[in-house]
Amino acid sequence: MEQILVYFFTYKEAIFIIALSVFLGIEVISHVPSVLHTPLMSGANAISGVIIIGGIILVGHSDASKFSLELILGIFAIIFATLNVVGGFVVTDRMLEMFKKKKK
Amino acid sequence: MDQVIGNLYGIDFTLGGTLLELSYLLAALFFVIGLKLLSHPETARKGNIYAAGGMFLAIVTTLMFHKNAQGGGIAPANIFIILGALGVGSVIGWIMALRIKMTAMPQMVSFYNATGGAASALVALLEFPNADMNNLGSVLVTILGLVIGSIAFSGSMVAYGKLDGKVGDIFSGMMKYINIFLLLVIVAISVFIMTSGQTPEQLNWAIYLLLAVSLVYGVMFVMPIGGADMPVVISLLNSLTGIAATMAGFIYNNQAMILGGILVGAAGTILTILMCNAMNRSLLNVIIGAFGGGGASSGKDQVGDMKEITMSDASILLSYSKSVVIVPGYGLAVAQAQHACHELDVILSGKGVNVRYAIHPVAGRMPGHMNVLLAEADVPYNQLFEMDSINPDMPNTDVVMVIGANDVVNPAAITDPGSPIAGMPIINAHQAKNIIVMKRGRGKGYAGIENELFFDAKTRLLFGDAKNTLQTLVSEIKSL
Repeated sequence: MEQILVYFFTYKEAIFIIALSVFLGIEVISHVPSVLHTPLMSGANAISGVIIIGGIILVGHSDASKFSLELILGIFAIIFATLNVVGGFVVTDRMLEMFKKKKK
Repeated sequence: MDQVIGNLYGIDFTLGGTLLELSYLLAALFFVIGLKLLSHPETARKGNIYAAGGMFLAIVTTLMFHKNAQGGGIAPANIFIILGALGVGSVIGWIMALRIKMTAMPQMVSFYNATGGAASALVALLEFPNADMNNLGSVLVTILGLVIGSIAFSGSMVAYGKLDGKVGDIFSGMMKYINIFLLLVIVAISVFIMTSGQTPEQLNWAIYLLLAVSLVYGVMFVMPIGGADMPVVISLLNSLTGIAATMAGFIYNNQAMILGGILVGAAGTILTILMCNAMNRSLLNVIIGAFGGGGASSGKDQVGDMKEITMSDASILLSYSKSVVIVPGYGLAVAQAQHACHELDVILSGKGVNVRYAIHPVAGRMPGHMNVLLAEADVPYNQLFEMDSINPDMPNTDVVMVIGANDVVNPAAITDPGSPIAGMPIINAHQAKNIIVMKRGRGKGYAGIENELFFDAKTRLLFGDAKNTLQTLVSEIKSL
């Protein structure tokens, strides 16, 4: 129990961020028309690729002098996350581009 | 950049470190503003670019300024490797995103979600050896990152396979119990890891076992859920990927990851609920109910036959109508018939027929998917009507043309309380004066249930590939 309280205190800012972000996330998209569900899901999906930062930190501080299993898996983590980010944003843009076209 | 510019709680902080945190704040704001703009049609594209910009900023500043606990920056050799990995991922991701057909969009999103989940699981797996076993909180976030990331990965891959038609629905009553058992195993291993008092090295086997069980659980979780519910599942898995990224953010105490992840987690959850509402089903019902997977089936036998119509009869019927409503479904998308469909609507409009499209909220494979497909074919926005705004007008409609849609016009949703789709709002095609249904064959719809509309006395069927049928119909009408 004490350990959990210590953890809460150590990460109190982050936990505050989480608590408030949950409401923010709900509030920000709660009035979305159903037409935009798919692009929004796809865009949110691309944002969840923010794990890419974790991959960069991981590989950034690992020993690059030899090809260990750790390094290789870390590289894969970055590649996967990049697929998520780049693919996600490009696909979303392609979808939204079509909505724009018909306004002409 | 390594210049010390201040001191907080007895710890010096550098200019670079401060700029990094500042850039994370900016990135987080870009994510929030991006999501906000994404939820309005006029600003959606800008929102996507804002979010992408936030991500780009966070990546660049992390590469430039990130320091480990010992204050060491990222070495040039490592930067080289990272840039290589970023390059490979970007090129593959970009090419895939540009090549994918709009009809296959849902499985593409699912695939990208899988890669995000895999990345989270890998990061957690690789950080486990560095976990401080005396700090239960930090062990817990690592375990959660691993478990949630793995489930999101394997679950999304199954969803991808199902949408792509590579994986069928497998359902058995046993699966519910197997899944509960697997969840208990996951909890048990996690508790063991946290309380055993052993070093991460000694626990290596346990963490790999946890990875394996979580992967299996992801497969088993999605496997029994019917294809028609995949959009809901993808949205749910999407929010899981966000939560996994948040957990990984805790490992590094990285605000951009924590905020970006939880934002997606919350937005994904609310989007999941919105989609469930559009189908008038609860989330629990989707997960446990196994829609279309052999659950409760309507016992009603169909009386009568499906009656076909000839091309020339159909073309005369359409040409001399005042009002025609087209109900497009996934069959239209599969046949790539959206352009042919637009051609038909142009030629009918030219003859003075009032042509409108009725779009069911879950037409296609995802909410809003059909709007994307019709927009691709240049169908004007003002011809697209949502279900609720066109339904009152159905009794005055001369011809409803159902193209490759099935469950969204099935009157059983209203009339048969025992039907698996009971309560789902539908487009009231059965109230129109005439109904023409274009279908590939006599099979059932995606939810696997019989559709009494097809046997209605007012209904006539045109069998065949939607694109060919539409093209033939267009040339018939031209020759009238």
